[in-house]
Amino acid sequence: MDITGRKLFVKALQEEGVDTVFAYPGGNVTDILDELYKQDVIDVVLPRHEQGLVHEAEGYAKSTGKVGVCLVTSGPGATNTLTGLADAHYDSIPLVCFTGQVPLSLIGNDAFQEVDIVGMARGITKYSVTVRRREDLGRTIKMAFHIAATGKPGPVLIDIPKDIQTAAGPSEYPSSVQIRGYKPNEGVHVGQLKKAYKLLRAAERPLILAGGGIHIAKANDMLLQFVEKTQIPVVTTVMGKGAVPTAHPLYIGNSGMHGRYAANIAVSQCDVLFSIGTRFNDRITGDLNEFAPKAKIIHIDVDTASISRNVVVDVPVVSDAKIALEKLLEWAETKDTESWLARIAEWDRENPPGMRRDHGMTPQMIFEHVNRIFGSAIYVTDVGQHQMWATQYLELDDWHQLITSGGLGTMGFGFPAAIGAKIGNPDREVVCFTGDGGFQMNIQEMATAVVQGAPVIVCLFNNQYLGMVRQMQQFFYGKRYEATCLRRRRSCPANCKGPGEACPPYTPDFVALAESYGAHGIRVEQEAGIGAAFEEARSYTDAPVVIEFVISSDENVLPMVRGGNPMSEMILK
Amino acid sequence: MKNRWIALYVENQVGVLAKVSGLFSGKSYNLQSLTVGTTEDESVSRMTICVTSDDITFEQIKKQLNRMVEVIKVIDLTDVPLHMKEILFAKVLNISAEEKQEVFRIAQVFHVEVSDIGRDSALLECMLTERRNNELIALLRAKFKRIEVVRGGAVAIESISTSCR
Repeated sequence: MDITGRKLFVKALQEEGVDTVFAYPGGNVTDILDELYKQDVIDVVLPRHEQGLVHEAEGYAKSTGKVGVCLVTSGPGATNTLTGLADAHYDSIPLVCFTGQVPLSLIGNDAFQEVDIVGMARGITKYSVTVRRREDLGRTIKMAFHIAATGKPGPVLIDIPKDIQTAAGPSEYPSSVQIRGYKPNEGVHVGQLKKAYKLLRAAERPLILAGGGIHIAKANDMLLQFVEKTQIPVVTTVMGKGAVPTAHPLYIGNSGMHGRYAANIAVSQCDVLFSIGTRFNDRITGDLNEFAPKAKIIHIDVDTASISRNVVVDVPVVSDAKIALEKLLEWAETKDTESWLARIAEWDRENPPGMRRDHGMTPQMIFEHVNRIFGSAIYVTDVGQHQMWATQYLELDDWHQLITSGGLGTMGFGFPAAIGAKIGNPDREVVCFTGDGGFQMNIQEMATAVVQGAPVIVCLFNNQYLGMVRQMQQFFYGKRYEATCLRRRRSCPANCKGPGEACPPYTPDFVALAESYGAHGIRVEQEAGIGAAFEEARSYTDAPVVIEFVISSDENVLPMVRGGNPMSEMILK
Repeated sequence: MKNRWIALYVENQVGVLAKVSGLFSGKSYNLQSLTVGTTEDESVSRMTICVTSDDITFEQIKKQLNRMVEVIKVIDLTDVPLHMKEILFAKVLNISAEEKQEVFRIAQVFHVEVSDIGRDSALLECMLTERRNNELIALLRAKFKRIEVVRGGAVAIESISTSCR
């Protein structure tokens, strides 16, 4: 018997095991929403903006391992998702985003709320398509979930014209789908892997560079076993942080632009770099000619196109991280790396990470409290200085403890992503680290968190500046703080070189703002208040809480490497 | 940097051409020509693509094409024995009777057809290799004051292998 497209849509989602849809209404998805109203298997979460919506779905997907599902209307609803889709594309987060579309007969007519969203999303999705025939709807949805979740995961956009939603057609939802142009890598070339291992075994100063692919492949245990067996030290990318427990004696720290001194020096001095699940982003390599100059490089990645794109590697291996590590573990032997480890430890003693402790509250102190208090929480960050501090000072020991926008660097990501993580994990504590800039980019989601009863703990680092850029202005642009001070008003002098006594007051008052949403607000200005604030925050189980940490404006993220410079040239003070 | 050829089997669907060409513009790959048409299987189109690139970029182009869901198969034609032709129309305008004779002589030498003719003009229809077409255009441009050229981009197919002959 034939059924309407909207009925098949809901049936498809149910068969995919979807329990939550992040949806914002509009003229061209009302039919689907009406169908969702009639069932109670799938929960519909209404955000306050479609960008927040996609970030919520990302946080949900990252923290649960499931596909995040978005539903928005045509036109502005669809265009508002683009930043989120690009973010998910960069960080390989499985999403299926359904957009409503004007009826087929109106496409191309500049109809009300018509945009060519598939055209716009083409470069920032793994796959995007408009459903043009009702009989294709089932297969297309099946394809979307399959493509989003397999291989290197990513976002898929399915555009559904309104008349397809209402038209009658086949009721079947396929249980599997064959796509002739889509064959994700599921094996590993053992010969290549053997070559890689031989190289690693012969190395005197071997180093493992682990990226976000370890988390995606859920290969953390495998990597840890491999590391412990071989005694090879590990550095991570921002996305790879937590690939092995940060407290492990063989873990050095993050490498890259704001990496740990010893980690970056180790990369520049190693003789074999075993990289897995990373794509050698410019934030990791710096000057390509100076990247790991003494090393033979092994590169394991599931995406063929990631290999030998930025860095020409000696042994490429196309494979899922877990499959490769499983095989490597069969061969792994213990290496004597003691003198190499001692050298790394020496570098770490030369320049350990750390901030001043002589006056006032520093971000490091806040993270130290967090590390003591939240054993198993999900941490989510926004983008900016606080994000880099989080990757420097947070201690992690569980595979999905840190969710952050690494590739696209999307300000406004953190808070909605934390809400999504909380919705997906109601029994876990979710702590969001954000800045006063990024928080305001999706602050309307306060309402979402309140109505969803999502008691996210927001640690707002308020330094009154867009600090990451402010820091660049301080170092490289003669302290000309153009467009980075969030206290600046028309009445300010034009040649401001930094904060002073006469600065205008900050706006908004974040504590009052939180309370106006029906959430909780706490302001902390002294180190002594940190512990009590967290204690109070953890006692709220009904609504989110914003802890505003008022920190110094001139706290910088160090070490720091200027974009395009070699990673060994770190600014340390 | 040199010219390289790719044959691409893709799904015959709306938007696939835009996606493929978008890859070239989005990633700053140097696209020389692209032709597309359906194959013996109506659901599949075949593109013939010419790019100018170095070795590393060319590898990357092939990988990027391969990872597109709509791309069924990527064939590198760079070092494969090929049959390759490009259609070209060249109109020669404002010519005298004597010059018209010259056009006919050129047509004879290049083995192309004079497919239309007017009081002071002639139309050449050429089915040559892309390189031969380039040479013909260069010659016409040197010899005549006004020419009008339209070309279709090359299509290529692998030669029948010697073992099959």
